[in-house]
Amino acid sequence: MSGSWLGGARGDAHRGSGRTDSGGREPSPPRGNAALLRTSGLVKTYRTDGVTVQAVRGVTIELAVGEFVAIMGPSGSGKSTLLHVLAGLEPATSGEIWLRGRRVDGLSTAGWAILRRRHIGFVFQFFNLLSNMTVADNVELPALLAGATTRQARQRREELLAELGLADKANAAPARLSGGEQQRVALARALANEPSLLLADEPTGNLDSSNTRDVLRLLRRTHQAGQAILLVTHDARVASLADRVINLFDGMVADDARVVPIPRSMNGVRDVLELRG
Amino acid sequence: MRQPLLALLAKEPAHGYELKVALEQTFGLAYPSPNIGQVYVTLKRLEQDGLVRSQDVEQTTRPNKRVYELTPAGREALSAWVDEPSDGPRIRDEFFIKLILAPMAGLADRMALMNKQRRHYLALMRRLTELHADADPADTPARLLIEGAILHLQADLDWLERCQEEFV
Repeated sequence: MSGSWLGGARGDAHRGSGRTDSGGREPSPPRGNAALLRTSGLVKTYRTDGVTVQAVRGVTIELAVGEFVAIMGPSGSGKSTLLHVLAGLEPATSGEIWLRGRRVDGLSTAGWAILRRRHIGFVFQFFNLLSNMTVADNVELPALLAGATTRQARQRREELLAELGLADKANAAPARLSGGEQQRVALARALANEPSLLLADEPTGNLDSSNTRDVLRLLRRTHQAGQAILLVTHDARVASLADRVINLFDGMVADDARVVPIPRSMNGVRDVLELRG
Repeated sequence: MRQPLLALLAKEPAHGYELKVALEQTFGLAYPSPNIGQVYVTLKRLEQDGLVRSQDVEQTTRPNKRVYELTPAGREALSAWVDEPSDGPRIRDEFFIKLILAPMAGLADRMALMNKQRRHYLALMRRLTELHADADPADTPARLLIEGAILHLQADLDWLERCQEEFV
């Protein structure tokens, strides 16, 4: 693939050029610190019916520019809550969130909306496509909201849908698409604004195995093109693509380690008979 | 290799080299390419056990070849093998033994053991997904074998999560 469809912003960031937005209102990331996202002692507490539940209990993690990190952990370990807090979809109770060198945990709802529009793409388990709009409109909307011209938005949408093998579905209603196709559209929508960070919550959680493979291939290519990805997953196939896997347990980080690939041997498929867990 | 050879001979009599080639063609890459010596040794043992019998067939330009065929006892043994259920889940897991015993002996704590094992499983999973992506789409047995290994590994990881829930 050409790699052009993901834009060059992250490639620049890889080289540490400290590129800023055209608006220039946001500080560039501190020099010598390649952290795209950083949290410190992040806590999220819910109060329901007078009962306090600590879903996230002091999480300190870091994501480098262009890095792909998967968060795993048992149900109820706080994975999804953490992701929602990082996307500003729910406010943190305490602790810090830094994105691109800027502290963002204190942003207002409107401030988060602007930040998401510019820098964060989000993919949900159940796609959350707008059912009364076409596939094309779903993908163009974020760009239009962020101030792109109709022409720019259309061009970007055409590139993305072509890249995801969905060019012929542009005018379809999302409901007419398979689950895998809908998730690919959701991914296109999340990537429409060339976000600094792609967040995904169980992106294959609702897909069969062949659709999962499509999404896997896409994630791999997106990452190879320089996209930073932080996702929550139960699916080890998804997690194994990541550079690093964080295991969350009881709202805390239980493990944070690189996935060290097993060296490729010459035996190919025959290895499977030897590979044992 | 005993049962696969019996199964191939149930179809038609064959000599050693034909059996080796038939195994390779049937399983594609999903079977370790059998060593011809191993095929002959296995055939000899099957003959000693009365499950196959052989006879030399003269060839004009080459040395005689030994053609094997299934005996009634061989057919019976093969049917019994096909009928019996194959091994179930791998419950005698070496890691499980470690997980239970190592903390008791003060050798390691369980969280560290589980983290280490998860990392290992994920590395294996990456290798398997690569193999799957590289597999020849026409080699169905190979693709299915890899998919099976992936599903087993996912189950191992899910089970590790259960251990984490119970033990920590």
